[in-house]
Amino acid sequence: MQTLKKVLETKKEGLLNIYCTAGYPELNDLPTIVNALHDAGVDMVEIGIPYSDPIADGETIQQSNAVALKNGITIDLIFEQLEKCNKDIPKIIMTYFNPVFKYGLEHFCEQCHKVGIDGLIIPDLPLDLYQSMYEKLFKKYGLSSVFLITPQTSPERLKYIDDLSSTFIYAVSSSSTTGKISGINTSDRYLSGLKDLGLQHPILVGFNISTSKDLALVNQHAQGGIIGSAFIKHLRKNRSLEEACHTFVKQMMND
Amino acid sequence: MKYDVNEQGFYGDFGGAFIPEMLYPNIQELKSSYREILNDNAFKKELSGLLKNYVGRPTPLYFAKRLSEHYGTNIYLKREDLCHTGAHKINNTLGQVLLAQRLNKSRIIAETGAGQHGVATATACALMGLECIVYMGAKDIERQAPNVSRMKMLGAEVRPVHSGSKTLKDATNEAIRDWINNQDDTHYIIGSVVGPDPYPDLVTRLQAIISEEIKKQMDGLPTHVIACVGGGSNAIGAFYHFLEDETVKLIGVEAGGLGVKTDKSAATLALGSRGVLHASMSYLMQTSDGQVIEPHSISAGLDYPGIGPLHAHLHDCKRVLYSNVNDHEALEAANRLMQLEGIIPALETSHALAYLEKMTFNPTDKIVINLSGRGDKDMSTYINAAT
Repeated sequence: MQTLKKVLETKKEGLLNIYCTAGYPELNDLPTIVNALHDAGVDMVEIGIPYSDPIADGETIQQSNAVALKNGITIDLIFEQLEKCNKDIPKIIMTYFNPVFKYGLEHFCEQCHKVGIDGLIIPDLPLDLYQSMYEKLFKKYGLSSVFLITPQTSPERLKYIDDLSSTFIYAVSSSSTTGKISGINTSDRYLSGLKDLGLQHPILVGFNISTSKDLALVNQHAQGGIIGSAFIKHLRKNRSLEEACHTFVKQMMND
Repeated sequence: MKYDVNEQGFYGDFGGAFIPEMLYPNIQELKSSYREILNDNAFKKELSGLLKNYVGRPTPLYFAKRLSEHYGTNIYLKREDLCHTGAHKINNTLGQVLLAQRLNKSRIIAETGAGQHGVATATACALMGLECIVYMGAKDIERQAPNVSRMKMLGAEVRPVHSGSKTLKDATNEAIRDWINNQDDTHYIIGSVVGPDPYPDLVTRLQAIISEEIKKQMDGLPTHVIACVGGGSNAIGAFYHFLEDETVKLIGVEAGGLGVKTDKSAATLALGSRGVLHASMSYLMQTSDGQVIEPHSISAGLDYPGIGPLHAHLHDCKRVLYSNVNDHEALEAANRLMQLEGIIPALETSHALAYLEKMTFNPTDKIVINLSGRGDKDMSTYINAAT
């Protein structure tokens, strides 16, 4: 998690984290996308390991998951592809508990460590289970667990999550599935309150950021933003991957 | 009770609440209040009144004379098919609708496979004047057309689900997503003993009335209780009050589809391994990479790649024997019941009846089969099979 920690320490504002689904749009596109995003100036990437039943995801990411699985993506293949990705950009894996559990948690963490993964976002991993069973394992392999907070998360629970965190906290802009609402204006009040939550760890905001305006708003109140569905949609529309990555990042960073 | 859920929401190794943070407040609200509400005297009085006068409970425990003669033993049918709406599902939906009212929720969502739970939810919502949205796989909408019409007539909105295998699993995913997006005003009525804690326990408690009645209706204990298992709500209902009567053999029958040696099956305990589906740890049918496998069964209600966590626990501690029968065996059993007893059972229920073919009997055995639903919705399948 050192690469990620370093970025969080050196760049205190305007961090851009982009999500992509491994195996999408084509089976072996991951290294091309990650490397192009790095070249385009993205600060970190979130790599989705597809799952057949992604309950926290809206239509766009559900579809990219389904396409990737149809393309024949597997966890082992993703680890192979990660070897070909630039080593300097921090990488976080986003997936659901079941694929990791079935693969074997320790084996999974070990593989992550080998290919330079900094952290894991597993939205359906219960906090108490993480604390009692998996925290030691994550630490052994230098992996940071990134937890979600929502506008409804209670102060006690925020503190609990903050204590269990080791790099940053992922604040969802509204309690919804990914990419459900277009734009984040409605959560303005929540965003402006983020700084006053008094958390030890920096916050990145994700869910429903689809324009440079959304991102600029998020950047006023948090250390950075995470974009997923909007990027996946953009990839769908463009033929050259490298070009698509560059135009998307440029588009988001303007303003 | 030794098989009840523990404080952490687990049955042995199974259960729990593997939910994204967005659902935490809803689950917490439900978890902190459901037991108190269920044990409240006014709630109990209202629910038992409805079960008696609206559903028609207690349902009969009928001695099936000709079926018994056929097998040379004593077979009793617990007639859940005679419940209002034609299946046991209404026991759960009425209870949960009353619960939703006490939680001040005005909008109800549900998933459905065969449509029985959808119809039972739409019925309970019509009765209470609540908005009702039912998610149903596009494939199931095609094969269960009469139930789709029934739900619509009862005022529910049926939303087709086109993701994944377009069946019950995907309808459940979509209902969970709806709940994430509509937390304040919505209660999710899960139709089986699946989903995150506290749902498996909540639905178990509401279906346990089946075995509570069997116990009262029977002279002494049965030797066997047999029920079909998809998610497992009718089976848990029929087993629950016998779990600690260790002499009673409890048998759950899963849908073998075209056979457990083919890739067209829904027999989770025969083919599955441990994992998390729909937010609880149980057994599920999955690939070595943890992707959920699309199941197959002739019966839409059993066409589910998982099973409730309590069943997984009862399987592992060997309190219940789980077996499976194939599509054609279920069809044959349905025909046998039609011709010997004049009862047209649901395709789901026919799986429990088909297990009789695999048993050896003593003349003194007392076998209870939970006749979980009637077969009106399955007429086209029965007609096609006959021609």
